[in-house]
Amino acid sequence: MACEAERRDREPFTDEWLDLDLATGYAIQDHNLRRRLDRGERLVGVKLGLTSRAKQQRMGVYTPFVAWLTDAMALPAGDPIPQHKLIHPRVEPEIVFVMGERLAGPGVTAARAMAAVETVRAGVEIIDSRYRNFRFAAPDVVADNASSAAFVTGPIGLPPSELDLSLEATVIEVNGEVVDTATGAAVQGHPGEALALAANDLATRGHAIEAGQIVLTGGMTDAVSALPEASIACHFTNLGSVFLNGGKRDSDRRDNPS
Amino acid sequence: MDPLARASAADRLMEANRTGIPIAPLSESHSGMTIDDAYAIQLLQVDALQAQGRSVRGHKVGLTNSRVQAQLGVNQPDYGHLLDDYFYPEHLPIPVVRFLQPRIEPEIAFVLRAPLSGPGVTVVQALAAVDYVLPALEIVDSRIDDWRITIVDTIADNASSGALVLGSKPTLVSELDLRLAGCALFQNGSVAATGAGGAVLGSPVNALVWLANTLGALGIALQPGHVVLTGAVTPMVGVGPGDTITASFTGLGSVTARFTQETT
Repeated sequence: MACEAERRDREPFTDEWLDLDLATGYAIQDHNLRRRLDRGERLVGVKLGLTSRAKQQRMGVYTPFVAWLTDAMALPAGDPIPQHKLIHPRVEPEIVFVMGERLAGPGVTAARAMAAVETVRAGVEIIDSRYRNFRFAAPDVVADNASSAAFVTGPIGLPPSELDLSLEATVIEVNGEVVDTATGAAVQGHPGEALALAANDLATRGHAIEAGQIVLTGGMTDAVSALPEASIACHFTNLGSVFLNGGKRDSDRRDNPS
Repeated sequence: MDPLARASAADRLMEANRTGIPIAPLSESHSGMTIDDAYAIQLLQVDALQAQGRSVRGHKVGLTNSRVQAQLGVNQPDYGHLLDDYFYPEHLPIPVVRFLQPRIEPEIAFVLRAPLSGPGVTVVQALAAVDYVLPALEIVDSRIDDWRITIVDTIADNASSGALVLGSKPTLVSELDLRLAGCALFQNGSVAATGAGGAVLGSPVNALVWLANTLGALGIALQPGHVVLTGAVTPMVGVGPGDTITASFTGLGSVTARFTQETT
């Protein structure tokens, strides 16, 4: 939390705290959620991390995990990436669920999970590890709320019955150039599997996903550096497009009103 | 390279195809080898195969992904020829022994209804010449040892083409946004890779435009009924005997290739 507030990175806890395990990582995550809520933030949902092979290979961590989302992390569509608050932001396109019903594990299947979803949206998550160079082990990144920083949700909400999410694709472009593509199948085979995984994992710690909450199911592609001069677009097959301004050009405009 | 050196390189590649024994990269023994040399070597082999009774049924465009181009240090695609015996029907066994070091990639294939010849072909003419779109799997293969290819090695080697399987459900090009068409590649039931048409030069149509204009500069027109493979939508995956590979596309259906040990 201090690193985030002071916008500095640090070495992973596991370098010096050799027996830091996942359970302790989640205890730290929950402790910091309480601190966020105490300072007035509202819990709005959960996110999954490392649900795609592309992300697992990049990070060398092969377990997906869950973390918290608060209203302070929601970036309004059209707002630039808040570089002044971030250390080394990266962005990744995701499938986002808005829950119509409460979903509580254990024993949640993908089919049951999808039945609890009201609408599906495109999303772009801005991640920002508080660890130097995004170097961490699984307990570190869990303690760091899965590198959460901010997220944007897309313009269209569709009922899940209208989409084949395993084939819903994203094309991510930086400054107009296609840098990566993927489909929902990259996320645990289907984003509904990631949702079930989240519900079942949360249940082991006594939590559920509540109606009205949102779930970010994890990056479909590898994360892309969100440089201040970058103009980023994530186009989806049926869910529309999400655009992000890296921040520099926006401040240029403010500095030079014409 | 002089004509004799080009002919010798073409012979060595054809010999590798016959024996199944890959050769060292041509670029190692011919350090000054150019892209023109490489296409000349490719054409010598295509001419020789046509003289043996085989026919050209289309083209493939390769190196259409910016990441693959970066790996090879190039900023242009390449092309190869699709011969009649490259085409395998879906679901029927493909003998792996036909190939040296096969890999597979999902692609979007165009079937042409009108001749298309550059230069000056725009997206508009390219789209107008497309009869329909098919989902496709290309089996890429390299006659170069351990896939140690540079751009000239792969061009001389027919753009590392090996075979293809086309799906059987035609879709009109106007019915979908090819750029945003997703593809999931399954290997024996597990997701091996995913991607979208935008991975191909920004859009698969751009591959057709590039091919028509590049061949047009050589006086060659694309023919009605010909197939154009536009390039990999996902990274390629190695295949072996017993593998079942399915590419499933948004709006295009799916196509399956099955690999066996047998030689028939």
